[in-house]
Amino acid sequence: MSPVSASYNGVVVVAPVTIPYRRYAQHDAHWFLAKAVAGLRDAAGLATDDIDGLAVSSFTLFPDTAVGLTQHLGLTPRFLEHVPMGGASAVVQLRRAARAVQAGDASIVACVAGDTNRVDSFRQNLANFSRFARDAVYPVGAGGPNASFALLTAYYMRVYGAKAADFGKLCVAQRDNAQTYPYALIRKPLTLDEYLTARLVADPLRLFDCVMPCAGAEGFLVMREQDARGRGLPFARILGSIERHNAYPEDPIQMRGGWAMDRDDLYAQAGVGPADMDFLQAYDDYPVITVMQLEDLGFCPKGEGADFVRRNSFTAKGSLPLNTSGGQLSAGQAGAAGGHLGMVEAIRQLTRQTLSAPIPDARIGLVSGFGMINYDRGICTGAAILAASEA
Amino acid sequence: MTPSGQDLLDRMAGALARRRVRVIDLTQTLSHSFPSIVLPPEFDQSAPFRSEPISRYDADGPDWYWNNFSCGEHTGTHFDAPIHWITGRDDPRGATDSIEPSRLIAPACVVDCEAETAKDADFLLTRDHLLAWERDHGRIEKGSWLLMRTGWSKRSDATLYQNFDETGLHTPGPDLSAVRFLVDERQVIGFGSETIGTDAGQAAHFSPPYPCHSLMHGAGRFGLQCLTGLELLPPKGALLITPPLKILRGSGSPLRVLALVEAAD
Amino acid sequence: MSPSRSPPKNPVLKTREPTVPPGLRSRAALRLTAAACEGRLELQRCRACSAFQYPPREACTQCLSTRLEWTECDGVGELISETILHHSNEPYFRERVPLRVGLVRLDVGVTIVAHVDGACAPAPARIRLAAHLDKSGQAALVAHPPEGPTDMTTSQTHRDMTCDPRGRKILVTDGKSETGEALVKAFIAAGADKVWAGVAEPWKDATAIDKLAQLEGVTTVPLDVTDARSVEALSGLIGGKVDILVNNAEFHRHKPVGARGVETARAEMDVNYLGLLRLIESFGPALKFRAADGPNGACAWVNILSVYALSALPSQATFTASKAAAFAASQALRADMMGVGIRVMNVFPGPIDDAWNQTVPPPKLAPSALAAAVVASLKAGVEDVYPGDVAQDILARWRESAKVLERELADQ
Repeated sequence: MSPVSASYNGVVVVAPVTIPYRRYAQHDAHWFLAKAVAGLRDAAGLATDDIDGLAVSSFTLFPDTAVGLTQHLGLTPRFLEHVPMGGASAVVQLRRAARAVQAGDASIVACVAGDTNRVDSFRQNLANFSRFARDAVYPVGAGGPNASFALLTAYYMRVYGAKAADFGKLCVAQRDNAQTYPYALIRKPLTLDEYLTARLVADPLRLFDCVMPCAGAEGFLVMREQDARGRGLPFARILGSIERHNAYPEDPIQMRGGWAMDRDDLYAQAGVGPADMDFLQAYDDYPVITVMQLEDLGFCPKGEGADFVRRNSFTAKGSLPLNTSGGQLSAGQAGAAGGHLGMVEAIRQLTRQTLSAPIPDARIGLVSGFGMINYDRGICTGAAILAASEA
Repeated sequence: MTPSGQDLLDRMAGALARRRVRVIDLTQTLSHSFPSIVLPPEFDQSAPFRSEPISRYDADGPDWYWNNFSCGEHTGTHFDAPIHWITGRDDPRGATDSIEPSRLIAPACVVDCEAETAKDADFLLTRDHLLAWERDHGRIEKGSWLLMRTGWSKRSDATLYQNFDETGLHTPGPDLSAVRFLVDERQVIGFGSETIGTDAGQAAHFSPPYPCHSLMHGAGRFGLQCLTGLELLPPKGALLITPPLKILRGSGSPLRVLALVEAAD
Repeated sequence: MSPSRSPPKNPVLKTREPTVPPGLRSRAALRLTAAACEGRLELQRCRACSAFQYPPREACTQCLSTRLEWTECDGVGELISETILHHSNEPYFRERVPLRVGLVRLDVGVTIVAHVDGACAPAPARIRLAAHLDKSGQAALVAHPPEGPTDMTTSQTHRDMTCDPRGRKILVTDGKSETGEALVKAFIAAGADKVWAGVAEPWKDATAIDKLAQLEGVTTVPLDVTDARSVEALSGLIGGKVDILVNNAEFHRHKPVGARGVETARAEMDVNYLGLLRLIESFGPALKFRAADGPNGACAWVNILSVYALSALPSQATFTASKAAAFAASQALRADMMGVGIRVMNVFPGPIDDAWNQTVPPPKLAPSALAAAVVASLKAGVEDVYPGDVAQDILARWRESAKVLERELADQ
């Protein structure tokens, strides 16, 4: 098929930046986002005023949005996006920024996401996450993603025959990947046995199925390829991208995400298929959603995710390197930066600036995002295919 | 020579100061738990005594303590004015505010019926009982109170005090002959009792009903109820001070009843 | 799990303070609560295309129409997935894990995150969803087995949504009245641990008091709701033990306005309205303090009001005014008690078949029927009870048009 969306030719991503994660922080989100913007400026050797576009994602910026952040940080952008899409924000920021740069609405867009984590802020964020969560989930004791993903996981296991060990294999592989990533909060090696016998959080989810909320930030820059070349910045290309919101509302329970609606367009834009991917940076706040991405992004048919997991290996040198900086399950979930973790890791891998173990000869990779359990399912999905500059 | 009024007052003051004359309190404490009169429930009821604090050295009044109290006019130890009863309704000086003040101090005759009422809660005081009393203590003077001592005030349990059963109240009181005798032949100023009414508990069934209320008030006389301490009075010789609150067109009022008696040596 | 009697309290342990589940709701979601207050499950439905939807919204997901209505729903559907929560960040649930929670797909086509009754078969299983009230006073949807009576005692968390009299200590004011006696007997029959029957003016009706005192499990106590000292004295004696307070004291006369009825009105207000205030002042704090005191802790405050609290009955003007005043006070009490999870249950009967309604033609509500409704409603954990045909009739007419009902009652 021919792609629906126009090409991203001439637009590139540069400057992968991570503000180190910590379990709890005393600073506000503004502090982390300021560090991220400054980090991008310095990494690319820019003056602050060179950044004329800003895209921001954060759960804890309240009562501010991206608007308040411009004055807070003394920025005067001509392009501004507030992207409240949780784990889909990185892909969506990339898409917005790329089109703005293509159209000349901005020259250099700083895409940042970050959150603080006070000792009680996670609970308070859950309580006010969405109207539906407040009305219909939180009061049942099922507040927060644990219960929602427990229900999805239990259903998936029952219907498709997946086993706890299948999910455990992903978690163990990601923990292996985290060994070399300096910013991962949890690097203690994990065995499958430890995974299977950890304490139950929400049956069938156990401790190591769940991410650890933390504070931190991630960022990257979007600019014209000629500008990146002019400044001597290593860059990755954008071969294609998709987003979809509230896909398949008629499904009684979420067993597929918006990726399934749009993946053909994604691969048509990129002119490649799943088999061509050198790695996958998937959204992994619980392993079941990683399995669902493997299916919906076409790595295997629906329902065969567990079998795919059994047939593959997911470390940097494995048959499908997955979440090579450890994913959120090992690095931690810095709020809205959760989806940026994989995006930033993908840019690092493709520009040979890795902090974690490099994927041998990584040329093309897929970054996938998933966000906002508004009620009983994740609403926002997105994916992007990035390529190394020489690819 | 007859002493002047001032002499008498001076001597009285001196006697009180030297405790030659004692002051005896015949009043029950006004409290929320003291029973009030019971009427059939379809009639509006007399409000029992209630007292609720306005302030008690607190935010509502840092330096002072006071209460709002409320009750019916016929609550606790109380005074019945003539207009309380339909027979006395036209008495021009028969309300608490219009009663001649000189009538509020008067001698008292105390008839001891404790033995009889101990045996019979429905005991009725008759004309014959009164004549017998006069044989022992002399004539009941015009303008005296006749106080019926029954020991009823010793019943501190409200249920025993009211002494109700399915046929109503069972408390002692005067019969028609005694009331007629006191009103017409002795012209007492009023009738006083230890029970909750001047009439006997079963007086609704008398003919006429409630003779003491009916005849006393019809003749402009008073009633005192819920008295206590009558055993401290001599059969004759005590002086009673009985001013009700000066309520506009009041039918009665709670009051402090004081008796002046000669101190025993 | 329905303990019939709590063991004596360990005096050296701190009394657990009450927590409540999150109670914040959107305006639309409060309609779910409004139906649950009477024990009904209602869902939002589009008038334009008839689609059901959940959670409550401002517009139809199928056709974007904003013409939404609330419709009673049988709750029949399937438990499609379930989990046992072993962890929660919310203090209320943290104290109650493990907690069975499921995803329910109703036959009308909506997916609902719900509590799951322990008696339900494992997913996938047919279920019947019912609306209850949780400790915050908001609707809580619970999946029950499709057949049989609803049992809210399969877990303490579910039992906490009810105010089951079983094992509880209950104070009934004016126990010697006809309704009081019926309530006392019904609570004993329902397995109450102890019933205190408050009696005012003990010198009246000594026989009725004796009869009460002879009932197994009943203790008569002096209580005159018109007397702050009496109320205070009793609360000092038993206030820290009462789990359910049933305010049954009532002064009832048939007086229209303009008939020299001020003293009657005052007496009605003194018992029916001010009496409630006095009880709240004395018993409220201890009840609130003990809202989480063990599996049979303090849980409910019941007011026997009148359906004419909704709309005045001119022939009993002062009585219905006093009940309307009490209704208003009870709403304020409810707002206050909601913070700790004490349910304020209002009972709105039509005419009771007692001495004061002797000349009122039937249908009238027998005192025993009133008592049965109170017990059943406490077990179900509802908030508003309209027992009997007259109450249901007046309620329906009031809902349809309060104005029309006012006109109709003018002639009664």
